[in-house]
Amino acid sequence: MADVLLSARGISIRFGGVVAADNVDLDVLDGESLAIISPNGAGKTTFLNISTGYLRPQAGAVTFLGKDITAQPPRTITRLGIARAFQIPQLFLDQTVMENMLIAAASHARRWTPLQAMSAMPERTAMERLLDLVGVQGYAERPARELPEGQRKLVDIALALALKPKLLLMDEPTSGVASSEKLGIMDILTSALAQEKVTSVFVEHDMDMVERYANRVAVWSAGKIQKLGPPAEVLQDPAVREQVIGI
Amino acid sequence: MNSTLAILAILDGISYAALVFLVSVGLSLIFGVLRVVNVAHGSLYAYGAYLAATLSIAVAPISPLLTYPALLIASVVIGVTCGGFIERFLLRPVYGREEVLQLLITFAVFMIMDNLQRLIWGVQPIFASEPLKLLPNVRVFGVTYTSYQVVLLPLVAIVTLVGLRYFLRYTLSGAVIMAVTEDREAATAIGIDAQRVYLLTFIIGATLAALGGALALPTTSLVPGMGTDMIVLSFAVAATAGLGQIEGTAVTALMIGLARAFVIYIHPEFEVLVPYLLMVLVLLVRPLGLFGTSKARKI
Amino acid sequence: MPSRLQPMTVAAVIGFTAAAVAPLFVPSWTTLVALILAKAIVVLGIIVLLQAGQVSFGHAMFFAVGAYAAAFWGKYLGIGDLALYLLLGSVLATLSGLVVGLFVVRYREIFFGMLNLAFSMVLWSLLEKMFHYTNGADGIRVARPTVVGMTFSPDAFQFVILYVSLTLAVVAFALVQRYLDSPLGHMLRAIKSNETRLEYLGTSARRVLLAGYVLSAFLGGIGGVLVAVIQGIATPEFGFWTKSGEFVFIAILGGVGHALGAFAGAAVFEIVRFFAAAMLANAWQLILGVVLIVIILFAPNGLIGLVTRSSRAKGDN
Repeated sequence: MADVLLSARGISIRFGGVVAADNVDLDVLDGESLAIISPNGAGKTTFLNISTGYLRPQAGAVTFLGKDITAQPPRTITRLGIARAFQIPQLFLDQTVMENMLIAAASHARRWTPLQAMSAMPERTAMERLLDLVGVQGYAERPARELPEGQRKLVDIALALALKPKLLLMDEPTSGVASSEKLGIMDILTSALAQEKVTSVFVEHDMDMVERYANRVAVWSAGKIQKLGPPAEVLQDPAVREQVIGI
Repeated sequence: MNSTLAILAILDGISYAALVFLVSVGLSLIFGVLRVVNVAHGSLYAYGAYLAATLSIAVAPISPLLTYPALLIASVVIGVTCGGFIERFLLRPVYGREEVLQLLITFAVFMIMDNLQRLIWGVQPIFASEPLKLLPNVRVFGVTYTSYQVVLLPLVAIVTLVGLRYFLRYTLSGAVIMAVTEDREAATAIGIDAQRVYLLTFIIGATLAALGGALALPTTSLVPGMGTDMIVLSFAVAATAGLGQIEGTAVTALMIGLARAFVIYIHPEFEVLVPYLLMVLVLLVRPLGLFGTSKARKI
Repeated sequence: MPSRLQPMTVAAVIGFTAAAVAPLFVPSWTTLVALILAKAIVVLGIIVLLQAGQVSFGHAMFFAVGAYAAAFWGKYLGIGDLALYLLLGSVLATLSGLVVGLFVVRYREIFFGMLNLAFSMVLWSLLEKMFHYTNGADGIRVARPTVVGMTFSPDAFQFVILYVSLTLAVVAFALVQRYLDSPLGHMLRAIKSNETRLEYLGTSARRVLLAGYVLSAFLGGIGGVLVAVIQGIATPEFGFWTKSGEFVFIAILGGVGHALGAFAGAAVFEIVRFFAAAMLANAWQLILGVVLIVIILFAPNGLIGLVTRSSRAKGDN
């Protein structure tokens, strides 16, 4: 029986008239790859926002490795070991890709030094490897703003990985990436995550990705988890197929 | 402090607040609509005063009563010409650029206007107090005061406040200004000429500053530093109220005017400190100002 | 924009050498050059904050703290040593930077600017009106201090203060360059581009900004001590909003992408003021205003931007 890494209990939150979460319980198990799918706009990003301290739920609590993180800010939650990759890539556009990565590495290593050159940090080699892993090593010295959307997405994920997290939350990791490359990247990503023993939760709307890379799927709809189970089971469920996949 | 001094302080405060309100509300309006901090606002105030002085001194020998329209004409002339010129030729090219650059343009304008002011009108103090002397004194609760300061000035301030409110909320032009402030793209999409709105708003704000200066003329002597002092003071009032807040600026001007007046009688050396200390305290607690809303664009 | 471009280093070497050598040939320039260097040190602080996208409209307060530290020492303790003036001024400025900084780093953009302005005007009003301590608007005279124990004649002192200012300027320049290259420096820039992401990387944006703020306050204090000693006086005007505006003006004029911009801007500003005041006695403000407008409209990256643009056009980069 796998350990519970992140546990959400009784989470409720509404935005005006929209109920994004209604007394939701969800556990993330150590080592798993959990996909969250839902009909459009049903607040799947809300779970990520709450788990990373960007939003506070109106009711309920979230614990990570036993610690209550419900009211903690993103900064603290990151230090505990949760990293986030965004749907729209969040990069430091005025700095180079390598500088972006080194900032992440420096932050993780608490290297808040005022006089040593960041470009000479020992973490540089590890960052080069990460960029290599997601296939953007060619862009390392280019300003992030020059990168096309797909590459920005990959750097965004690499930034999260630079934090050596225990739990990686990804918001539509392959959206914006060229279809021909999606599988390749996800293959590399999942093997790297498995190697580093990183648990991942990803919000996804591409069912192919879900089928191949998730070992559990949660269906988030109308503020509730309508179904939770292995992809084979969930994706074949007629209600799910109708609501979410639109078949 | 006895009751006579207290009444004096209140009257001082009210007349001072009336002038400061006129200048501050113009600054606030400009910021609310154009999102620009007009550092030259103090210079517009000074120019209003200096031009009013020049005109007053010219017409006073003909008839002292003419000094009243002189004040008004000076305000409008400065507001329209200087305000129009600044917006059209100096600010318009930098819309869309970083806000600090727009502010620095107005700072450069201030430097130029301040220098020109000294070249045109010199550095000797100028007096022209006909408008004040023409009006009788009044007795308020046993205290004698000039009706210019305690009746005319507050009256002008109130008329301006009500007029602005009416203009913005109940006229078509006002609605157009509010629309552009709320959402420039949407307003442009329905055919509103945002550029003209900005020009009009800047001119209104500039005229109000100049009016404040012209009306201040009879109460004080004009000295070179008056614009420099007024810009930071009016900014303090506007920021403490919440930039873009019309009614809030009136309340804050009154508050600061009264506080300052009392402090002058009790501890004169803290007179200048009052507005800035209040500004610090308010901004620390409510960075949007006393009356600011989170949709800070609203006017 | 990288913070160290090779042509920049060359330009810096040339500039600093010129500052050291020119007054030997034209002694009347000694004070002018010293003033340029001292003010540039303050402007370095503005540039540091601008990396985070924040403009302080109250920086004159740290400048004034430094200046009055030197002045008060002289007034209450008698003539001291320049080294001690610098020590006291920089310590007081750094401490005030920490105290004010703790409040202001919670705010951004215009609110940051406004709050800084408010604090500086509070200081100004105290300096202006606490006549008994500060001598009010007339200010406090600062007599020539000893330098490392030695006393100098007025003529010799001019050169001494020049070379002290030059040394401090070079050190400050190198310091800021290294700061901007360091992790903290890059994080400062990260605040400007994506503060939320920085938080999501586990670093407190407020603390990063506070570190930069304290550094800029330190630089302001050093500059303040130097200017007070160079001009022989400390006045409340040192803390007035127009002085803060002047520092921001110089930063934009010189170009905020590189530390050298502080020196380029200060040089142009003071030289124009010096010569315009000499020739067109009463129009230097006007000229500087026009210069600023021209720079903003046509050379938004400042003087440094003009130079790097033309060198890039020539294919040097």
